[in-house]
Amino acid sequence: MNKQVKITNGEPTDLSRRTFLIGTAAAGVTLGYAAIPGSLGLDKAMAAPAKIDPSVWYSIAPDGLITVTVGKADMGQHIASTMAQMVAEELGSNWKDMRVSLSGNDPKFNDPMLGALITGGSWSTMMNFDAMSRAGAAGRIALTEAAAGMMGVPAAELTVRDSVITHAKSKKSKTFAEVVKSGKVTKTFTPDELKAIKLKTPDQYSMIGVSVPQLDIPFKVNGTAKYGIDTFLPGMVYGKLVLPPVRFGATVKSVDDSAAKKVPGFIKAVVLDDKTGSTTGWIVAVAKTYQDARKAADALKVTWDHGPNANVSSESLLAEAKRLQQKGDAGLFFVKNGDTGAALGTAAKVLEAEYTTNINIHCPMEPMNCTAHKEGDIWHVHTGNQFATRTGAIAAGAAGVDPKYVVLHQAWLGGGFGRRLDGDMTVPAVQAAKAVGKPVKVIYSREDDVTMDFSRPLTYQKIKAGLDADGKVVAMNHDVVSAWPTKRWGIPDFLSPSVDKKGALDAFTVNGADFFYSVPNHNVRAILNELAQSATPSGQLRSVAPGWTFWAVESMIDELAHAAGRDPAQFRIAMLDGAGDNDGGAQRLRNTLLAAMGLAGYGTKKLPKGEGMGVACVSSQERKTASWTACVAHVAVSPSGEITPKKLTVATDVGTAVNPDGIRAQVEGGALWGLSLALYEKATLKDGGIEQTNFDTYTPLRMSQMPEVSVHIIANGEHATGVGEPTVTVIAPAIANAVFNAVGARVRSLPITAEAVKGAMKA
Amino acid sequence: MPNLNINGRNMSVEAAGDTPLLWVIREQLQMTGTKFGCGAGLCGACTVHVNGEAVRSCQTAVSEVAGKKITTIEGLGAKGEHPLQKAWVAEQVPQCGYCQSGQIMQAASLLAKNTNPTKEEVVAHMDGNLCRCMTYSRIQRAIMRAASEMRTASTGTDRRNT
Ligand code: FES
Ligand code: FES
Repeated sequence: MNKQVKITNGEPTDLSRRTFLIGTAAAGVTLGYAAIPGSLGLDKAMAAPAKIDPSVWYSIAPDGLITVTVGKADMGQHIASTMAQMVAEELGSNWKDMRVSLSGNDPKFNDPMLGALITGGSWSTMMNFDAMSRAGAAGRIALTEAAAGMMGVPAAELTVRDSVITHAKSKKSKTFAEVVKSGKVTKTFTPDELKAIKLKTPDQYSMIGVSVPQLDIPFKVNGTAKYGIDTFLPGMVYGKLVLPPVRFGATVKSVDDSAAKKVPGFIKAVVLDDKTGSTTGWIVAVAKTYQDARKAADALKVTWDHGPNANVSSESLLAEAKRLQQKGDAGLFFVKNGDTGAALGTAAKVLEAEYTTNINIHCPMEPMNCTAHKEGDIWHVHTGNQFATRTGAIAAGAAGVDPKYVVLHQAWLGGGFGRRLDGDMTVPAVQAAKAVGKPVKVIYSREDDVTMDFSRPLTYQKIKAGLDADGKVVAMNHDVVSAWPTKRWGIPDFLSPSVDKKGALDAFTVNGADFFYSVPNHNVRAILNELAQSATPSGQLRSVAPGWTFWAVESMIDELAHAAGRDPAQFRIAMLDGAGDNDGGAQRLRNTLLAAMGLAGYGTKKLPKGEGMGVACVSSQERKTASWTACVAHVAVSPSGEITPKKLTVATDVGTAVNPDGIRAQVEGGALWGLSLALYEKATLKDGGIEQTNFDTYTPLRMSQMPEVSVHIIANGEHATGVGEPTVTVIAPAIANAVFNAVGARVRSLPITAEAVKGAMKA
Repeated sequence: MPNLNINGRNMSVEAAGDTPLLWVIREQLQMTGTKFGCGAGLCGACTVHVNGEAVRSCQTAVSEVAGKKITTIEGLGAKGEHPLQKAWVAEQVPQCGYCQSGQIMQAASLLAKNTNPTKEEVVAHMDGNLCRCMTYSRIQRAIMRAASEMRTASTGTDRRNT
């Protein structure tokens, strides 16, 4: 680790440079990168900054404005503001002085734990809390020492508050601005010194735990926030995609542009030559305006070879998943505890069930887009992105240059949800710009965005579980069959060894299945559905694996409870006994469930016929990064199977709430996402292509479908955990369990349809 | 070459008459507050006002609006001083923010006619506007807050906004 921390201030004679900088150059883990062949390794992308900037976390300008540079993508989770808030707590600055700026793909802004510019996993707050706090504290110490010298008083007698350093005894004070302007800030920190700084204890917080206004909101209400799609470059022209009817694997056979040539403004049809593997068979119609490009795209006559996936459908993906699951030697073990075979053999009661989820599409409101431009040797790529390190490398692969020649210009993201972890949008922009020798802005139509999504894969899970004579769960075999989205990245460090060291598995397809319930004999197998992997290149969709693993686990636990004749909530509480490795986590989850039960009136409210409450509780996203989340869903079900969600009561234990209102917003949004995935969102594959194209056929929840959502944050002083995703995962099982309690219908496939409910009622 | 009146200014643009107003506003005039979400009248991200009515600019040919009064988010309250914009900040509505220009323009057309809407009227009026971040409850609260503010302002009393 080549860590160096420096605090610099500019030449005393040059006022404009008297800016106080604090930063670190942290070398990250080296990540291999197999998806781009040849020398274009991600390790190189990370090692070689393309532009030279002062290495900074934040700077304080002579006017006292503090600008925190954020290496995280802000897609509405207000992480930029949260990073500033963590700095401000220790720095002692006034919130009004805080500003944020977004970093591109410069490795010096790499996440201190992940060693790359990546935003996902609900990791950001948790993994940057310490670094941002220390950066803030280092700044406070440096400013205080300088101020002490200026005032001629001992530094230890100074207090810092609201960007002012005060000596109470002498009533002297200096603002941060005055200290920075003096040019007297000279202190530097070694990494060890930085590590040794004593941070505040929670009882000393004055900023953490306060719902300060998010810094990115004022410019999001007047149209001035700049997203990737709002990029304009001099001389820029436009590209509109022309796409094959299959999601992946097509090749272009012929392009006839004779009609397109009659479209005014038409420049060229560019057939992509994509060595990064991000796209297949794509063409870009380039024209002077976007309207011309759209017309030209419509006028192009293209024929494709539909490739190997031309006959793949949702049905065939599911059939293949079932076939694989039945193979005893398929997949890799994620969990292997005890002897499930023996325990199931002697169990008093054995339950077996299949749980499925359909393909889901991210649909951020800002469709994918990218503007690319070559200047000298450098490719400038403008796009809002969650994985700048990899996306920069993909742009480089598209351009045929080393990643160090790519500068990614970050923007506010008009939604991410995992979609913008991918870098496909850079390929058409870069190759079109290369072909026409001009900056090109490519905007995906909504249809392009939906049909070429890196979707949440279709999943198939089978759980076999056994109860002993006392109604205790003694064994569980859980098989998870899906495409492996993270394996697709080709970055070995993002895979995990199986428990028996037989191979590397994509834990981002099974996380959550390693729950905190005590089940003495427990196996989880992760099985890759190769057909899905090739036909529907999948991505990380908000909440990733726990979005399906807990669907299965929390449904099965309910089924087991009913089979044992126990109340499903009490059944869970008994299983959350904190034995062994589950100590700590299990108790927190139990407490959260109890909180949600109490807040919802679970088990105490009398409900009319056709209504029911159901519970679920989850430790999403990963065992080590869990936010303990529980939901009580209250639904009404009509005789025809229509579900009306009446209320979602959600409690979530996040340890430390940096910005409670921001957390509330994420949990509310996450709960409605969960509901939307549970009831309203479904994509299907037919003849190798996604059948849905726009919001008439792919239908996320609208305002009129919103039930009451009651959110309760538990902050008990443990370290801060993430909130962007976990709540998404608790809703679907809570709804299904509520439906069962309402009308006795058990539905095991997402989304839950009225038809399925009706069918299960009769059964 | 249609002549447009946008936010009180006359402008002429070089665009075929069948070009959607959205693309003229966004990409030719570079007024990027108006957003592209679906291009099919299904999401409301592109909502602007034409003679005071909320319309989907992606479904409106530029030839249809020549000579009419067009208002975009930039013209609603450029400094963010419209009661809705203030309420949007007070309720901390936006997450990614991408849908919010459209949401605010859609809401503004409701409050222009009715400063005392019921929750049902708000939902009915706003249901065509998707928010993928699902900020719906805050949108509702902000509309109610702005409505209350507008009622207070118009009655001239010093009744406090809640
Ligand atoms: S972009 Fe016009 S309604 Fe969606
Ligand atoms: S705030 Fe993101 S789409 Fe509405």
